[in-house]
Amino acid sequence: MAAVTDMDSPTPAPAAATGPGRRSSLFLRRPFFTIALLATLAYVGAAVFAPWVAPYDPVQQSIDAMMAPPGPAHWLGTDSYGQDILSRIIYGARYALVIGLCSVLIGAAGGLVIGLAAGLAGGWVEWALMRVIDSILALPSLIMAVAFIAILGQGVDKVVIAVGLSMIGPFARTVRADVMQVRVQLYIEAARLMSIPRWQVIARHVLPNVVFPLAVQVTIRISEAILVSSSLSFLGIGVTPPTPDWGLMIAEGRGFVAFAPWMSAMPGLALALLLIALSILGDGIREEYDPKLRGGS
Amino acid sequence: MTDMAPGTAARPEQPVFELLDVEKVFQVRPPGSIFSRRTVGLPALDGVRLKVRRGASVALVGESGSGKSTLLRVLLGLDEPTNGRALYNARPIGEMRRAGPAFARDVAMVYQDARGSIDPRMNVGAAIAEPLRHFGIVPPGEIPGRIAELLDRVGLSPDTALRYVSGLSGGQVRRVAIARALASEPSVLVADEAVSGLDVSTQAQLLNLLRRLQREMGLTLLFITHDLGVASYLCEEIAIMYLGRIVETGPTDAVLAAPAHPYSAALRKAAPEFSAPITEPLPGEIPSPLNLPKGCRFAGRCPRAAADCRDVDPELRSHGAGRMVACLHPLDAP
Ligand SMILES: Nc1ncnc2c1ncn2[C@@H]1O[C@H](COP(=O)(O)OP(=O)(O)O)[C@@H](O)[C@H]1O
Ligand code: SF4
Ligand SMILES: [Mg+2]
Repeated sequence: MAAVTDMDSPTPAPAAATGPGRRSSLFLRRPFFTIALLATLAYVGAAVFAPWVAPYDPVQQSIDAMMAPPGPAHWLGTDSYGQDILSRIIYGARYALVIGLCSVLIGAAGGLVIGLAAGLAGGWVEWALMRVIDSILALPSLIMAVAFIAILGQGVDKVVIAVGLSMIGPFARTVRADVMQVRVQLYIEAARLMSIPRWQVIARHVLPNVVFPLAVQVTIRISEAILVSSSLSFLGIGVTPPTPDWGLMIAEGRGFVAFAPWMSAMPGLALALLLIALSILGDGIREEYDPKLRGGS
Repeated sequence: MTDMAPGTAARPEQPVFELLDVEKVFQVRPPGSIFSRRTVGLPALDGVRLKVRRGASVALVGESGSGKSTLLRVLLGLDEPTNGRALYNARPIGEMRRAGPAFARDVAMVYQDARGSIDPRMNVGAAIAEPLRHFGIVPPGEIPGRIAELLDRVGLSPDTALRYVSGLSGGQVRRVAIARALASEPSVLVADEAVSGLDVSTQAQLLNLLRRLQREMGLTLLFITHDLGVASYLCEEIAIMYLGRIVETGPTDAVLAAPAHPYSAALRKAAPEFSAPITEPLPGEIPSPLNLPKGCRFAGRCPRAAADCRDVDPELRSHGAGRMVACLHPLDAP
């Protein structure tokens, strides 16, 4: 204990950079993430500026141009009503993104409330909530959504609610798992030791440590919500015609696949590309911000 | 003891902490009976007596499992003793803790796992601001200034406030934990292995810091360590624990120079240079706390054990100037 060095000189910061420095290089380190981000932004741009970028009115029917193949006048062809498919896809991005985002937010909000309650309450409340969540989770979300549509009826707002409700289960389960994990952390005991009231500990320490992973979950699950809502439309029980919804467009083209394959193929491609872009985006965000995946920080 | 904090000179006064025959029994499943609901009592603390004077620095030393952390939890009011009385300024600790934030403000803790004790989503500034705000230490406008002051006091630059613990070194995180503990302007600082697991020079810097803070601020310091060197550098008094009981207390220098309890002597011999932590101090196995021997609990390993040691459980008794020992045949009896 003789060799005591001067402790007043501040220890130099370790080289490991955090914060903004790390974020700026993200796009270079993850080229696929960057491409996916650009693709998603293109969809968002198309949705926001649809009236300006769409060459035609998406519900304008034209007897002269029914089932026109892709060409200079209609880049992606027309459907059986002579509606321009490109314009319908561009307007369809609005429905896909708005329905996807709103329903995921409903699912996340519901899951947060139930998951927090289950994770914090303990006892029979937790037991009861988890039984409900588990039985809900036993069903695929599409089946859940179909059941809710059967109760609620059709329409964009009903689809949002039905898909949102169908996603509460998985969100609740991950939130509860995160709460259980956060609850036993030393910083929670340290806060208790400081005599900070329980609700403040929850608001200040539990909630932020649960909401961040939840936000990552939200980005990952948007694509699932879009897929489920498109499936509802495809099944003819979601959004009603003539709404330019991709699922609906794919369904409408089904009867003409042999001689007008673009009718289904083009919206199908639009849907597939968006889902791929979103899932790459979600994975990238998760890997970047989830310390468990980043490995030993 | 020399070199006491100003204002706390040998004034006979109320001890900050007083433990009177404190017992803490955990109900555990007996080994090998996973399926039965039967539990047995595990005495983690058994007849602990301890007085901590205001301004004192006390090292709590003992092998792993001797009950140091449990004793700390009792002192902090996180665990209620099963038996006996644990007092803070002559009032039951549990009662004090429930009575409001005053106790929590006055008794601050530095955890062994300093990194884990700070919310990873809070930057250092926010983590230190939390107690400042919670206890209303300074008006909100002065919080940033106070954060910088606290960081300076533990030897960190003010811009550390904007960083997260995940980006700090082990030594820096301990400093942050100390700054955070000091934020509530406590009079008692409790630390569990606060310097272990660090390299020697970082350890030395932190010990120097803690010693300076203790003397300058007149802090009462309770320091758990399994390193006798740390104990002798930092603490004027030492309490040596064995199997849930304090077996010897007294001025650190005197106890380490001439240990009276055979267990203390063995610890001392195992760490002659004070540098290495206690590893395998003694031959013989520590008895399970579930199955304590009838007489002295150290008898099975004690080189001085006599016939009466197997019958009589020795109590902590006065043994020279300011010293106490729980042994029927202490070394160099005065
Ligand atoms: N919460 C608990 N439940 C059951 N047994 C415990 C608990 N905490 C500590 N113990 C037991 O009490 C004894 C003392 O433990 P501890 O106070 O952690 O010792 P130390 O900190 O000196 O290593 C050990 O035998 C340990 O297994
Ligand atoms: S009482 Fe006897 S057995 Fe116990 S420490 Fe003293 S001499 Fe050893
Ligand atoms: Mg311990």
